[in-house]
Amino acid sequence: MFGDINDAKWSFLATFLLVVAGAAFLGWAQQPRELRTDPPLVADLDRFRLMSNSIGGSPPESYFAEGKPYESDAYNLSQGQRLYTWFGCQSCHGDGRGNVGPSFLDGWWLYGPEMVSIVASIRDGRPHGMPAFRDRMTIEQIWQLAGYVQTIGAYSTKVAATGRRDDRHTRPAENRAPAKILFNEGPVGAHPDQGPSP
Amino acid sequence: MRTARILQLSIIAAVAGCSGNQSALDPQGAPAIHVEHLIIGITVICAAVWLLVMIVLGWALLRKRPSDSSQPGERSLTISVGSAVAATVIIITGLTIASFYTTRGIGLPENAALTITVRGQQWWWQVNYADPDPALSFQTANEIHIPVGQDVRVQLESADVVHSFWVPSLAGKQDLVPGRSNSLLLRAERPGIYRGQCAEFCGLQHTHMAMMVVADKPADYERWIAAQRQNGVMPTDPDAVAGKVAFLSKPCAACHTVRGTPATGTTGPDLTHIGSRKTIAAGLLETTRGSLAAWIADPQTLKPGNNMPMVPLTSVELRDISAYMESLK
Repeated sequence: MFGDINDAKWSFLATFLLVVAGAAFLGWAQQPRELRTDPPLVADLDRFRLMSNSIGGSPPESYFAEGKPYESDAYNLSQGQRLYTWFGCQSCHGDGRGNVGPSFLDGWWLYGPEMVSIVASIRDGRPHGMPAFRDRMTIEQIWQLAGYVQTIGAYSTKVAATGRRDDRHTRPAENRAPAKILFNEGPVGAHPDQGPSP
Repeated sequence: MRTARILQLSIIAAVAGCSGNQSALDPQGAPAIHVEHLIIGITVICAAVWLLVMIVLGWALLRKRPSDSSQPGERSLTISVGSAVAATVIIITGLTIASFYTTRGIGLPENAALTITVRGQQWWWQVNYADPDPALSFQTANEIHIPVGQDVRVQLESADVVHSFWVPSLAGKQDLVPGRSNSLLLRAERPGIYRGQCAEFCGLQHTHMAMMVVADKPADYERWIAAQRQNGVMPTDPDAVAGKVAFLSKPCAACHTVRGTPATGTTGPDLTHIGSRKTIAAGLLETTRGSLAAWIADPQTLKPGNNMPMVPLTSVELRDISAYMESLK
């Protein structure tokens, strides 16, 4: 087996192992896990600007400088997934298909699919039943949760994925594939309590 | 001389590790004593076998070959291989039987006087003392009190990943598996504080997932139970009064419960009597006002990756909330 070290397969194997190790290193270097965000950056997350109709707007500059971590970072998406359960989002939005609250999966975003809109909806609440979570979650948690909510009904696949869910899957897994297959049905009519679309 | 001294020191160091409040070699309860007997039995037998094998090997290496280079008889070879196989079978069977009887010895009795439910979470232990009367049930975290000399059944569950409940001085290990309910017999013969920890790698802060089992004399135990059943105390100290207001208006109350207040969150540990517990953050720090403040100010530096977020607080709020936490005896 080790008889002829100059055999072609050994150089192939060595190259392969090197490439794998290099890829692992690059992956690690690209996205170091950020467990403690600097307090000034967190404080900045509160300073996004919203359009006057409360739909869309622009995140703080530091969010782009950080590389949009709450949309593209697997750890943050997974934390958002846990927050979705912990803060009882299911009680109104179900598994993402909506119930009393609107669905995230029908391709229809009442306030647009932008992060800023989703963050504002969670932080400040919206008319017709969406409560404000300003005093119940930190602003960083709100951004993590918003990233996850955006992922549930994403129009296109993201590179980062959430952690695996162990409960029964009742809908397409988050961002494994876009929820487009469900969009064909068209927007689900808003619940009477939900009021008219803005 | 020097080597002898180093050897002596290292033996002392090794033996010192055998006692203390977290050691399978210093058992304080019936199940742990069974396990200790098994450990010692297996170690002694295996050591004897190893020694025997080494002696035979040494003899085989050192002996002189007979000068008349005749082949060893087929018959004597059969006898030596046969007896070695027989010895192996007998020893392994013996150890298996010993292990079987130990497992049976530490099994649960039909009716344990007390059942406690422990739910493992990343990275702390939720402890439930259930009672048929819901008003008498209560929840605590990372500190289990049991009465001395009584069989206690610990029901083990997990909220997320596989953990393992291990209090070496009192019992063996038992896993906490999501979606399953395992149980373990815990019994302490002497009052004391026994440390336990998670024994199954469960993520970033596996190291900092410790708990205390406090074995109390029956009277002390009753007193503790009665105290835990009370609602959180109303603070009287002005700092603590302000702290309670801040606690309820900040995100704290969304994850933590303090019975008797509007705080009813269930994601984090129940804080109704946090001031009475010996440690915070699953054995990470002793419970003092200072350590509480340090923890609340920056949990992600003390225990990176844990699920408590850094809540922005002013210095006054931080001081008040830690005073309130400390007052929750």
